[in-house]
Amino acid sequence: MSKLKLATVWLDGCSGCHMSFLDMDERLIELADIVDIVYSPIVDAKEFPDEVDIALVEGAVASEADEHKIKKVRAHSKLLVAMGDCAVAGNVPSMRNPIGPEAILNRAYIENADCQQQIPCVVVPRLLKIVRPIHEFVKVDVFLPGCPPSADTFHAALTALITGEPLDIPALTRFGA
Amino acid sequence: MSPAVDVKTLVIDDKEVSARAGQTILEVAREHNIYIPTLCHLEGISDVGACRLCLVEIKGSNKLLPACVTSVFEGMQVSTNTERLQTHRRTILELLLAERNHICSVCVANGHCELQSLCQEQGVTHVHLPYRNPELPVDASHERFTADHNRCILCTRCVRVCSEIEGAHVWDVMGRGIDSLIISDLNDPWGKSSCTRCGKCVQVCPTGALFDKSKVGSDHPKYPDFLPYLNLMREAR
Repeated sequence: MSKLKLATVWLDGCSGCHMSFLDMDERLIELADIVDIVYSPIVDAKEFPDEVDIALVEGAVASEADEHKIKKVRAHSKLLVAMGDCAVAGNVPSMRNPIGPEAILNRAYIENADCQQQIPCVVVPRLLKIVRPIHEFVKVDVFLPGCPPSADTFHAALTALITGEPLDIPALTRFGA
Repeated sequence: MSPAVDVKTLVIDDKEVSARAGQTILEVAREHNIYIPTLCHLEGISDVGACRLCLVEIKGSNKLLPACVTSVFEGMQVSTNTERLQTHRRTILELLLAERNHICSVCVANGHCELQSLCQEQGVTHVHLPYRNPELPVDASHERFTADHNRCILCTRCVRVCSEIEGAHVWDVMGRGIDSLIISDLNDPWGKSSCTRCGKCVQVCPTGALFDKSKVGSDHPKYPDFLPYLNLMREAR
């Protein structure tokens, strides 16, 4: 049997969900027997593959690049999992929403800068006006709240998704967990 | 001779129960261990039916009625947990989450929040509605407590406990509908208000909207269970 293709994606989040994913520790070895990690911040692939079975997405959609990326991920993934509160609900990145990106950029790059005061405008992607959860852009198949979801939550959820067994998410995790 | 007790018999979720006239559906259900989720209701203060989580179906009525403020009547048939009610309850919770800025991960009430646990219990894993992201004030003028309106769900427990139990009536509601805001005195800073510093409002607040400044992180359990005892002691005097 060929292995399932698993991808993990990092949008606007702190990488804590990826850390928690890695906290599965020795269970990652069992996981590696049944899945190939074909794309992830922790592997080398630079382009999102054409066909992915399960995509775990961390982070909210905060920039034009995030929006482009999530649409690409959706188009090439059979099952898309919103991983953690940022992807599910906006969470900390969305705390800038009431005041807008200009205020944030000004504070970081003008008011608090000792020298070279300028707002980055090349190479880095432009910020969207509002940070939003990924399901406001694409269809999400599974919502896994938590900040971050625990390693046990990842293990239970991935096991259920791979084997096709029923998955009771509220029994595993919640917002802010 | 004591007057005869006026007994009503009714059916809640196929269970035949009896109640005293004037009792609410919620009271009777709790007496018989039938669970109805609530948020604005709190043992020890009056009920206002603000949150609508306790809505139940009553046979013969096309309206859903809040169990906390609906009195029982003879022959009443109540359903507390139909699919329709479950859908409405999840929608109510999602509306509450979308209305203000509930960022659980950085909230002082994380892990001790009634809104958060109700979402988990009712199976809310995400919000289908767009978030409103309103800009709301945080009042830290009080030397002991803070009011963070980002987390307020307008349940008015603070208003009721301050008025009915403490007798100070510092808190009230300003504005209407989605623009409503809990205010102290005539919209004065909490620290400059007639607050007695008793802290009851903080203990009854179901979320992280009112919190003790000495608490950090998510270390803020609340203890609203003192209310029924306090009332009992006062009655006994």
